[in-house]
Amino acid sequence: MDVKAEILGHYNAKVFKNRKDHILKIEEGEEAEISANTRAIPGIMTNRGCCYAGCKGVVIGPIRDAVTITHGPIGCGFYSWGTRRNKARPGEDGKNFIQYCFSTDMQEPDIVFGGDKKLRQAIKEAMEIFHPKTIFICSTCPVGLIGDDIHAVAAEAEKEYGISCTSFSCEGYKGVSQSAGHHIANNGLMKRVIGTGGDAPSAKFSLNLLGEYNIGGDGWEVERILKRIGYEIVSIFTGDGSVADISRAHTANLNLVQCHRSINYVAEMMKTAYGINWLKVNFIGIDPICGSLRDIARYFGDEKLAQRTEEVIAEEKAAIAGDMAFFKTRLDGKTAALFVGGSRSHHYQSLLRDLGVSTVLAGYEFAHRDDYEGRDVIPEIKEDADSKNIEELHVEKDEKRYRAFLNAERYEELKRTIGLEDYKGMIHDMPDGSYVVDDLNHFETEAFTRLLNPDIFFSGVKDKYVLQKGGTLSRQLHSYDYSGPYAGFKGAVIFGRDLVMGLYAPAWGMVTPPWKLTRAAAGGTTDA
Amino acid sequence: MRQVAIYGKGGIGKSTTTQNLNAGLAEMGKHIMIVGCDPKADSTRLILGGLAQTSVLDTLREEGEDIELDLVLKNGYGDIRCVESGGPEPGVGCAGRGIITSINLLERLGAYTEDLDYVFYDVLGDVVCGGFAMPIREGKAKEIYIVCSGEMMALYAANNISKGIRKYAATGGVRLGGLICNSRNVDGEAELVSAVAKELGTQMIHFVPRDNMVQRAEINKKTVIEFEPACAQADEYRTLAKKIDGNDMFVIPSPLTQDKLEALLMEHGLMDA
Repeated sequence: MDVKAEILGHYNAKVFKNRKDHILKIEEGEEAEISANTRAIPGIMTNRGCCYAGCKGVVIGPIRDAVTITHGPIGCGFYSWGTRRNKARPGEDGKNFIQYCFSTDMQEPDIVFGGDKKLRQAIKEAMEIFHPKTIFICSTCPVGLIGDDIHAVAAEAEKEYGISCTSFSCEGYKGVSQSAGHHIANNGLMKRVIGTGGDAPSAKFSLNLLGEYNIGGDGWEVERILKRIGYEIVSIFTGDGSVADISRAHTANLNLVQCHRSINYVAEMMKTAYGINWLKVNFIGIDPICGSLRDIARYFGDEKLAQRTEEVIAEEKAAIAGDMAFFKTRLDGKTAALFVGGSRSHHYQSLLRDLGVSTVLAGYEFAHRDDYEGRDVIPEIKEDADSKNIEELHVEKDEKRYRAFLNAERYEELKRTIGLEDYKGMIHDMPDGSYVVDDLNHFETEAFTRLLNPDIFFSGVKDKYVLQKGGTLSRQLHSYDYSGPYAGFKGAVIFGRDLVMGLYAPAWGMVTPPWKLTRAAAGGTTDA
Repeated sequence: MRQVAIYGKGGIGKSTTTQNLNAGLAEMGKHIMIVGCDPKADSTRLILGGLAQTSVLDTLREEGEDIELDLVLKNGYGDIRCVESGGPEPGVGCAGRGIITSINLLERLGAYTEDLDYVFYDVLGDVVCGGFAMPIREGKAKEIYIVCSGEMMALYAANNISKGIRKYAATGGVRLGGLICNSRNVDGEAELVSAVAKELGTQMIHFVPRDNMVQRAEINKKTVIEFEPACAQADEYRTLAKKIDGNDMFVIPSPLTQDKLEALLMEHGLMDA
């Protein structure tokens, strides 16, 4: 059966024409090209989020020592409050604001008369109660419509309180998905935070961990492993991250990029400005973790470090081997579908393989073509009106602080051997016969589930319950439901445990959907 | 109750014409309410004898939603009830949303009483956004008059406003009652405005000649009828009031194409000037 044709067959000509390029089947030896980062079709029930969600929800929100004020009606602030489960502990300064929700709670008169006064008041109150050194302001749709000058308010606040105050014009309607918000947030961090924190050099084996949002404690597990080996983590973007650390990010010797989509802009800009190389890593799944750790060691080219890396890998693997082997006996032969943001759908395929689960479908909500096909396609990606609307920041070499850690020869060698500053994309790692779907919608979710019958569908809150009511286990890979961490060695075990627990829960045998009941509902029909 | 909205290019004399014509209707014994829909809140100055008005939105901002109608509604000349919607200072906020908020609030406060013969909405300049179309949406004002002159930009604006009327005619039931020519003493003015009106499918309901008396009355914060009841200009406004009171020509306008509009201007010699 041609699953793609079957699904596209339900669409009218216009939708067919659009969607056919977003769905592809991996065939051996064939070049795969996918359409991505384009507008969702109105009415199609996309799972995507908005620009504000990408800026505040993903990148800016997790920074613990800044007060992030959502300027707008209360809904945007409320529903982006804690839902991503990015954890944080107070740092040395004792400050941790991420458990709070700061919003200007705009009301009708604020829309009519302008919300800038209320924003000023919000800043004043935040200063009086919390004394932050940094305030971030994130705009929502109505603020863009009425044109509140949030940048002027931010500049005023800096003068008045002697703090750093940065505003992000990340109104929800900008761009085609949350991806626009990531870019806006990256620009803001680059312009206003990175490089402002003094130049005291970091240790030799120093790293920034980019695109790690500490969902369910992922970042802590990754940090634990890296520190065991002997690395100094200068800063994390942005899970349990802080302005204090990010402001010193320019002193690190290597940038690790976990979530490519949301943070590659910063990685590229820091390369240009400070000469810091970046390396795509993956700390989800045993093989990628070991591979990433070895690549990092090779980058620094230190014998002892390489040795320590192998010791840690051996110890960590031994510690989880029993659990992993057991979970594999319960999961072997199962299949999975993954529809998450811009990296996880790729990263989790390895961890699933470790547990004997094969991937039948994977898709991204808001990725660009390079996340699917690899960075080689970047020159081919055509700019459209939507992408042109998002500022492309042009940074220049910082002559004073630019340091090339590698000589030209080593750089070229590492490009070849460890894929320095490259990402091959998700498709590269996908098995033949599996499907790749960009911007999966609710109809396609149900149709693919019916046709491919995966045992587990990894997704988010918008379709989780639709899937589970239909009898398919669904785990949220945006938030890990109530669990985590899933990253690192210890996380792998928790992931395996959660899958076994979910798949073997006796609940599945106890549920009879209403349409299988013999007794007809009043006025309804029965298929008994 | 007839609900009438007055539109027209900025500075064309909408507020002046509305208030003078309302003074005429009041003389005829009509019960009237004027709702000023301009953030400047100057639509009722001549009826009230000054800008003594607290606007609906200012009151809403200061007192909250729990406000009394008396706070925002003042009676002026001829017992005309005056309300100013008000709005933000220039360059901030959203004046359009303000008008929507304000009219909704007036309805909730019970400003639209049974005994009213007329409610007039005096709306700022061009219909720049949905908010300024509020008086003609949702079946509020059913009747529109556009104030214009024989000047090119005034007629462009009139044509543009007609497009807005046509848009809401199907859903809100709004109709165009005619063009009011507020003369600027340009050549062939009455003929040109009549010709444009005809093309739009409507009428030039009255030609109000230019007279310095209007200016003098305005300086004295009065309508012409109140300031100099016996003068010729007062009679012009009385005539306009009578014509509107007796008007039965309500149409869905057919806006002109740019070419057609320019051809009419050419024909009446304006493009040469």
